Amino acid sequence: MLLQALRIALRSLKVNKLRTALTMLGIMIGVAAVIAMVSVGAGAQARVAEQIQSLGSNLIIVLSGSSNAAGVRLGQGSQTTITEDDASAIAREVPLVQVAAPSSRGNAQVVYGNLNWSTGIQGVTADYFEARDWPVEVGRPVLQEDVDGATKVALLGQTTALNLFGDADPIGQIIRIKKVPFTVVGLLSRKGQSSWGQDQDDVILIPLSTAKKKVLGVSQANARSVGSISIKIRPDEDMAEAETQIRALLRQRHRLQPYQDDDFWLRNLSEVLQTQEESSKVMTYLLAAIASVSLLVGGIGIMNIMLVSVTERTREIGLRMAVGARSRDILTQFLVEAVTLSLIGGVIGIALGIGGSNAISALAEWRTVLAPSAIVLAFGFAAAIGIFFGFYPARKASRLDPIEALRYE
Amino acid sequence: MAIIATEELGKDYHLGPHTVHALRGISVSIEPGEFVAVMGPSGSGKSTFMNLLGCLDRPSAGRYWLDGQDVARLSRDQLATVRNAKIGFVFQMFNLLPRTSALENVELPLLYGGISSRERRQRGRARLQAVGLADREHHHPSQLSGGQQQRVAIARALVNDPAVILADEPTGNLDTRTSVEILALLQRLNRQGLTIVLVTHEPDIANYASRRLVFRDGRLRTDDHAEPLDAVEALKSLPEEDEAVA
Repeated sequence: MLLQALRIALRSLKVNKLRTALTMLGIMIGVAAVIAMVSVGAGAQARVAEQIQSLGSNLIIVLSGSSNAAGVRLGQGSQTTITEDDASAIAREVPLVQVAAPSSRGNAQVVYGNLNWSTGIQGVTADYFEARDWPVEVGRPVLQEDVDGATKVALLGQTTALNLFGDADPIGQIIRIKKVPFTVVGLLSRKGQSSWGQDQDDVILIPLSTAKKKVLGVSQANARSVGSISIKIRPDEDMAEAETQIRALLRQRHRLQPYQDDDFWLRNLSEVLQTQEESSKVMTYLLAAIASVSLLVGGIGIMNIMLVSVTERTREIGLRMAVGARSRDILTQFLVEAVTLSLIGGVIGIALGIGGSNAISALAEWRTVLAPSAIVLAFGFAAAIGIFFGFYPARKASRLDPIEALRYE
Repeated sequence: MAIIATEELGKDYHLGPHTVHALRGISVSIEPGEFVAVMGPSGSGKSTFMNLLGCLDRPSAGRYWLDGQDVARLSRDQLATVRNAKIGFVFQMFNLLPRTSALENVELPLLYGGISSRERRQRGRARLQAVGLADREHHHPSQLSGGQQQRVAIARALVNDPAVILADEPTGNLDTRTSVEILALLQRLNRQGLTIVLVTHEPDIANYASRRLVFRDGRLRTDDHAEPLDAVEALKSLPEEDEAVA
């Protein structure tokens, strides 16, 4: 019976081709708009997610806390309270931690030939590259031997390399940092801007031991102290739980009493970007909601045409009733017609939406992501609209009085 | 046993505060194989009577047995099933589905009877042949003459092997010769045992029936039997058309 209803529906849709096409257009545009808009939103989301990846989505940074000298509180990192030993203790004792890399940072004037450039000098260990998800593009990273032997080797960030060497190959060249000669052994891959706009590629990495001895100097209070520890949490582990455990460990190691504040700072960088991700998600929903309005308008178009069709075919309905069609048969017939209309429109709309999404990414160079779930959703929504807006006209048809319907002019 | 039996059948319409008695206390019995003409001026109640006989409407009073089944108090959907199984309709305006082949038009009642498509096709073809249109099964109504369209409609009415054929002014839209041809077809079917009830306001047409029911003011005024005219004989006396309708 349903198959029969489908055949009847297709025939009656074929009779009025232009009207059918125009009615479908509403659904087509609606479905296409939903798919294209959701893909634009998903593209924005994917970009944010990628930024989080580049930052190290599971990165926690420990910074030295503020000092309090006779009631004058100095800023973050003004006191060097965390040490290399804290870093190895975290790596050793917190099972959620994959790697913990201590580092110290300072600024220095760097000279190569007749060019000079002021940049950030970061003293790092071999673990730093893994902790920050920061691969070396050319050459080699800082190795454990470099840290042990305090060798004078340096890796350049992309920005630093450009300012000192231009297009020339920096590998093997000698640069001077605070008049100390360093051999360039590697070029870091591009990291881009951090989420707060800082150029992360304007940096030189050197072994931590060398940095302390030759460039940044050693803290008077504690020779083992460092500026920060970059901690990478194992994939899919709970960041909040890891933070709690690290905080507890550091408080214990620093012998802090319960009434004392932390003498260090914990930073979870992904939080900032998660907020961005949230907002781009909201944007996706908003775009989808706006697009859904056009789908709704398309549905009203279907209802309109179905009402016209029921009126036009009153005699046909009367005849079908006279020869034995029950109310249910008539209802099915018109409902199937409305759903067929919206589903064919939906399929074409999906094709248009995919095409539109590709066109947006090609022409506007705006990244789009086609989510299969959005396609399935739009299709289901189109079917639901066919049923919802087809029901009233179909019910109206099924309730016609056969005598009146047969006499209808 | 009578095919159609009514007992004090009545139908009232309520128009605001007024009640119109469209039909009052009709008791009629129609035996299998009768050819009955229902006559009367407009407003006489003959259309109301036919609607009740056709199970398109329910009576306000009285009882109605169709082929032994009491159908006066059935629900809408039950009536649809009865119409499908027991009644074949022929209308003045033919009421064929446009843009649909003659064969598919004939098959239509079977569609709602849950008959398999193979059997539908087979029975549809047989009925088209019975009305002399076997070679027109793929023609659409717009490609057929009025007489041919009415034959398709008669084939459709026959396809479910109904207990009775109800024909409402079946010749109202046809010229004289074609009308007589349709009547000849109905007479032939009647001689094969089919019960036919035909509504007309033309006495000429009613003369081809063997029994006449005349309605006036909602009541049955006359119920008489007469020797019917033979439509085949009548055709011989009519001038030949340029092209006889096959």
